[in-house]
Amino acid sequence: MAQLKRTPLYEEHVKLNAKIVDFAGWEMPIQYKGITPEHLAVRNNCGIFDVSHMGEIFITGKDAEKYLQYLITGDVTKLNEKQIVYTMMCYENGGIVDDLLVYKFSNEKYLLVVNASNVDKDYEWMLKHKANFNVLIENLSQAYGQVALQGPSAQKLLQQFTEFDLGKIKFFYFEEIHIKGINCLVSRTGYTGEDGFEIYTSEADILPIWQTLVSLEAVEPIGLGARDTLRFEASLPLYGNEIGADISPLEAGFGFFVKLDTDFIGKEALLKQKENGLKRKLVGLQLLKKGICRHGYPVYDINENEIGIITTGYLLPNHDNSVALALIDVNQAELDNKVLVKIRNKFYEAQVVSKKFINKKYNK
Amino acid sequence: MRVIEGLYYSKEHEWIKVEAGKAYLGITDYAADALGDIVFIELPEVDSEYEKDEVIGVVESVKAASDLFTPVSGTVIEVNEDLEDEPQLLNTDAFGNYIAIIQLKDESELEELMDSESYKSFCENN
Repeated sequence: MAQLKRTPLYEEHVKLNAKIVDFAGWEMPIQYKGITPEHLAVRNNCGIFDVSHMGEIFITGKDAEKYLQYLITGDVTKLNEKQIVYTMMCYENGGIVDDLLVYKFSNEKYLLVVNASNVDKDYEWMLKHKANFNVLIENLSQAYGQVALQGPSAQKLLQQFTEFDLGKIKFFYFEEIHIKGINCLVSRTGYTGEDGFEIYTSEADILPIWQTLVSLEAVEPIGLGARDTLRFEASLPLYGNEIGADISPLEAGFGFFVKLDTDFIGKEALLKQKENGLKRKLVGLQLLKKGICRHGYPVYDINENEIGIITTGYLLPNHDNSVALALIDVNQAELDNKVLVKIRNKFYEAQVVSKKFINKKYNK
Repeated sequence: MRVIEGLYYSKEHEWIKVEAGKAYLGITDYAADALGDIVFIELPEVDSEYEKDEVIGVVESVKAASDLFTPVSGTVIEVNEDLEDEPQLLNTDAFGNYIAIIQLKDESELEELMDSESYKSFCENN
């Protein structure tokens, strides 16, 4: 087996007594104090995540805008400088290569932030479709460290380390500023449903940034366990769960991020899917009795015919019943419809509910 | 992490306390700690008979569901219903909260389990 990779912050996680797991080939902290207290810390105050394993790919050159427009489902021409868009890359058949953030520096320079588990695949995909576009595609994932500071207190806590007025960074915008004298790219983005920032800097400089922030009493270190419960509670998709090579963005309910008036890889298939009507839909489910829905559990109609699968499910802190996201037959997807979830060979009644498990508290 | 003397221990990190042919079954501190925040427990059904090493219930943390195996054969005569409402009791005091009481079918099965000393070194070498 290949050697597991470590972020520049690995030793810090060990010092904080984190439980370490193998995640997409990386030795990452799954939890420090526990998933529940960490989840609540982000909702109520502030948490910091090591996300240095994420991929950073730069697209530069004269055709950067044109190339990206062809590569992603979103409309990159609508972006202002220093603005960010959440978007996807699709296969010709409409399945998803990856979901990503695109940071626009200029018409000739963009940063693409992709999932750790997909960096190599994405990079190859980008190279494969470079064709005659005049662009340089650089995978600089190893050179970058990244932390996310998330929660209602994030701005107040980060402000003391920079002279730049963070209030000027709008939702899904970024600035290149100094944090404690270190050059950083700071964006008002995140994966928790809370206000907060993602901070990028060199591999070497991420350590003092982490140490400065994590040493604050109000900041809890957060592992991948709570990262998943937080993003799930905010109904944000995870590649491999809600979206994937065999799930189209339309089925997953992300039609908003697919601009069919632009030309991109996979557009024909998605247009066709739209015309023919979708067969499956991503819905929220709530169990009607005690139990826990989890990723991969099958879902049935009330007559016990299989209709789909749980993409993510948990018993979340502050929820009485387990909730889930499930990809199911569109005919069963109406709100309040009763379905069955099979948990260890027993059927549990559940109800289709809104995917809005919480109200997001973005600072827009 | 505590290991209490006078109990039997299984390799699945369960403890057994025997009183007059009845086995109190619970999970150890080691197991509770490894699972993390326990948020749900599926208890066995009273009056059900189980063979040694069968799954009799499930303990679920936020992250994962873990089967609960019985290291002894017998009939479940009582379950700790407090755990249905407060599964986190297993995190606060794993040894103070049994999960089920089993009427032992074959007491000789206990001989295959570990005592506190062997269990302690089993945990250290794991």
